[in-house]
Amino acid sequence: MSVRHALLALLSEGPKYGLQLREEFEANTGQVWPLNVGQVYTTLQRLERDGLVTALGDTEELEPGPQKAYRITEAGSAELAQWLRVPPDLSTPPRDDLVMKVLIAVRVPGTNVSEVIQAHRTYLIQLMQEWTRLKEDDNGRDVAFSLVVDSELFRLDSVVRWLDAAEGRLRRALADGWIPGQALAAPPVSNGLPTRPKMGIRR
Amino acid sequence: MSVLELRSISKVYGRGAAEVQALRDVSLTVAAGEMVAVMGPSGSGKSSLLTIAGTLEEPTSGAVLIGGKDTLRMSGTAKSQLRRRTIGYVFQDFNLLPGLTAAENVSLPLELDGSSMRKAHLAALAALEELGLGDRAQRFPDQLSGGERQRVAIARAVVGERSLLLADEPSGALDTANGEAVMRLIHTYCKRGTAAVVVTHDAQLASWADRVVFLRDGRLVDQTAAPAGPETLLEQQS
Repeated sequence: MSVRHALLALLSEGPKYGLQLREEFEANTGQVWPLNVGQVYTTLQRLERDGLVTALGDTEELEPGPQKAYRITEAGSAELAQWLRVPPDLSTPPRDDLVMKVLIAVRVPGTNVSEVIQAHRTYLIQLMQEWTRLKEDDNGRDVAFSLVVDSELFRLDSVVRWLDAAEGRLRRALADGWIPGQALAAPPVSNGLPTRPKMGIRR
Repeated sequence: MSVLELRSISKVYGRGAAEVQALRDVSLTVAAGEMVAVMGPSGSGKSSLLTIAGTLEEPTSGAVLIGGKDTLRMSGTAKSQLRRRTIGYVFQDFNLLPGLTAAENVSLPLELDGSSMRKAHLAALAALEELGLGDRAQRFPDQLSGGERQRVAIARAVVGERSLLLADEPSGALDTANGEAVMRLIHTYCKRGTAAVVVTHDAQLASWADRVVFLRDGRLVDQTAAPAGPETLLEQQS
């Protein structure tokens, strides 16, 4: 999450004080990303150093107060527009503990992999129930919050679906006589088509 | 109070080499006001569990209690009455009668149960109104969208104070927003005291339930912890 760009986005609406920025940041992220004031000010200082925001003098449009107010610069607007359109890097798979646990469970003798998978599935669905309860209570009033909750539900849902698929794949493989750690024997050719050369299964 | 109680239900279809054990020793208690989702892959026994809970099919062994009464000992007439008065069914493909309007579809179970046409019609209109379908009451199913049809099916399932709602993939044919609306509705009815069992393979839809139980190969293998609440605290599953 880029605090830097979130602050630029809030300043693109008009000049604001630091504390106000923090409150609006939390309101706009459905309050699931709490920010401390320190983070806001250090980020603002860096943005100012880079020429993306300027601190307002006392004579300018906001009432003078105990805090400093900031305004976005043209360079800041350009930087924000650029950032919105650049896709985040999703090309490298994250190191996923759950995937590791399932892969390891398959290799540990005497482990019931279905049970391992079910324990994770139950936990994930409980988390999803909690998010859904929040969504139900809010009843779509806070749109930003609904977007955040949906994204969390879709993320957890994808993990549950992976578990379902993994369980199905392991069951089929074991039914076909697969021994963990070895390559699965090539399925018999039943459709009359020539076999394709093996790709990437050289373990 | 428990509305539905399945005691050690087993179900076997076929014989000999063709024998399929659909359910194995499944026990499940659903309290008034509780929404339970049943999750499991295809062939895990979800639909058998639902048809047995709805008395549409009998288990090979075990007992099915609805409102504390043993349904396996009921006469055919008593069971039909139970299905008309106490249980509401919602199916994936809505099962609305195409030749009847939305209002007529909803009032039909009440009329079959002996209500006057006028009384049944008024109850149907009230149920449709509540689901935001007041202006669709005189339309035929093919003049309604998928989401509207499913809401009509829910109105039909809840009309007349039914205490047990059974739904088989009720959002299966709907998009995300409409699917969510259906689950939100079912949960709203539960909060008013209806008990519901919803079969689904979709984790997002299941997460609307108060409790999710997992079926694998006909066995109930796990369930989520029921959140603390007066009913669930009193009715802990054995």
